[in-house]
Amino acid sequence: MNFTQSFKLAIKSLMLSKMRALLTMLGIIIGVAAVIIITSLGNGMQNYMNAQFEQLGSNLVQVMIYGLGEDSTRSVDADDMYALVEKYPQYLSGVSPYVTASAKVRQGTEDFERTSVYGVSEDFYRDETGKTMQGAGLEEGRFLRYVDVARHQNVCVVGSFLAEYAFQGDPLGQTISISGVPYTVVGVLEESGDNTEGSGDDVVYIPYANAQRLGGGYGDTYMMTATDRDTSTAAKGIVENRLMDVYQTSDAYMVMTSAEMMDAMDSMLDTLMMILILIAAISLLVGGIGIMNIMLVSVTERTREIGIRKSLGAKCRDIRSQFIIEAGTTSAIGGAIGIVLGIIMANVLTNVIALVLGTGNDGFVAVPTVGGIGVAFGVSVAVGILFGYLPANKAAKLNPIDALRYD
Amino acid sequence: MGHLIELKNVYKIYQMGDETVHALDGIDLTVDQGEFVAIVGSSGSGKSTAMNIIGCLDVPTSGSYHLGGIDVSTMEDDQQAEIRNKMLGFIFQQYNLIPKLTVQENVELPLLYAGISAEERHERAIQSLQRVGLADKRKNLPSQLSGGQQQRVSIARALAGKPSVILADEPTGALDSRTGREVLRFLQQLNREGDTVVLITHDNSIAVKAKRIVRLQDGRIIYDGAADDPQAVVQPQEDEAGEEARA
Repeated sequence: MNFTQSFKLAIKSLMLSKMRALLTMLGIIIGVAAVIIITSLGNGMQNYMNAQFEQLGSNLVQVMIYGLGEDSTRSVDADDMYALVEKYPQYLSGVSPYVTASAKVRQGTEDFERTSVYGVSEDFYRDETGKTMQGAGLEEGRFLRYVDVARHQNVCVVGSFLAEYAFQGDPLGQTISISGVPYTVVGVLEESGDNTEGSGDDVVYIPYANAQRLGGGYGDTYMMTATDRDTSTAAKGIVENRLMDVYQTSDAYMVMTSAEMMDAMDSMLDTLMMILILIAAISLLVGGIGIMNIMLVSVTERTREIGIRKSLGAKCRDIRSQFIIEAGTTSAIGGAIGIVLGIIMANVLTNVIALVLGTGNDGFVAVPTVGGIGVAFGVSVAVGILFGYLPANKAAKLNPIDALRYD
Repeated sequence: MGHLIELKNVYKIYQMGDETVHALDGIDLTVDQGEFVAIVGSSGSGKSTAMNIIGCLDVPTSGSYHLGGIDVSTMEDDQQAEIRNKMLGFIFQQYNLIPKLTVQENVELPLLYAGISAEERHERAIQSLQRVGLADKRKNLPSQLSGGQQQRVSIARALAGKPSVILADEPTGALDSRTGREVLRFLQQLNREGDTVVLITHDNSIAVKAKRIVRLQDGRIIYDGAADDPQAVVQPQEDEAGEEARA
């Protein structure tokens, strides 16, 4: 009895009772579909977050300096950071202070209390990505330029929320009051969030020296760019060395690269996915037990057939492999149905999530992974064979005389 | 060349609760190539046990059994399966065809387990079905055939493996008398063509169609001789008493 014969026979007996076959497979179908959906969602999530990071640029290095408190005379200022960039042009390509100012924003008679004011340099806008280091593109006008920053000009770039609600969509050339000082709007950023009050679109960017004068914020933050993703780790090292020289302790600062953040996020997602897949795998186990159950019934029902086969010369291993192949075929077909179902469900979920988030088609897409499909299918076949073994062995061990007399 | 079937001092003893049952109580039997032997006996006589042992479905408790010169009395399950496959062709009372396989697939089964190629299997199955006159029904399922036809398919299946011995266990038991006679005529024809046939039955009128009768009672052979000897069909006293008791 060879494999193809057993396989054909298995297909035949499944076709003879379709409803029963479907119910037998149900556990496997649900388990495999669940694994596919989870891996698809996780993969989609990873792609989505990576895309978000890519928008910011994968070569970003963020530096936060807390300092050593009021009593210490040791400090690093913007000029030191600029000096670093000049000294290591092969690793660092730009730096922008990122000063959080506490300032009152007022336009006409209206106060914008939740608007954030940041002091940055011209490097905050990156020509190679066409976006700021926070990932927002330019809608109209221009970003701050070197002269604006060097001469402490009272110019600003506003977010889309202010452009719409403070200037009714026509902000270029108009002025806005920041802590009593009028600033001329030279540029408007594209909408990057949900365009509500207090969101990432409710911002004003001014030259950093101006912001430093306004005061506020705790510590200093610098946004730097490495020459590319691969040098960002070296760039981080350079900055850390410099800061260590000054402060003599690593408690005074923190340096993060976007590549590191991406990796951290990815490994977090991987862990989460593994846990979810393990949970889904429980239903595969339950599915396997379902198959075992039906196979045991099937062996009892087909006792006479087993007796006939044995009387005609079937050996134990012939009978055993017939039932194992039958169980494996059942679970493989269940696995295939589960994969199709899982892919369909992942597509449906993609559309539902796009609808809920309102991100459209370029947002979150749940993509089934080849690895996920392969593993789900492999595991389902393995479960069938594993749980088919016990009933198959029972069939193989039947005494032909008793089996032939069985009604 | 020795005997085809040779049982020597065969015992089969079962333990049923506290009772020890001697299903076979010292049997000596030889059957030669080309014989047509009927093993007759009422229920409980030990004929089913004899058939199981001759058919390599069971092993004797003691004594020896040589089939075609090979000692099969101490074989393991899988070795017995191979002997059944190569040397024995079974014909059962209930036909024992597998309902979801076609007639041809049923006939091919023993060849499949013998590891014969698909091409040769088809060829031999069709030859075998032609011998029983059912080649045109080969695509049908057993349930689409009459009882007599199904029994002929099971004969074709028994023949397909080219066995040394055809073992027929009450082959007419489930058939009406006319089809039963047909099947018996067919077995006689097979014997004329050179096949060795061992028929197991409780029915004297069927047993007399064989050339030789072996009568069993209480696990012992009480008659072994030509079927046309009047002694062959004499019912033993105890048997009649038993029959009355049952009635």
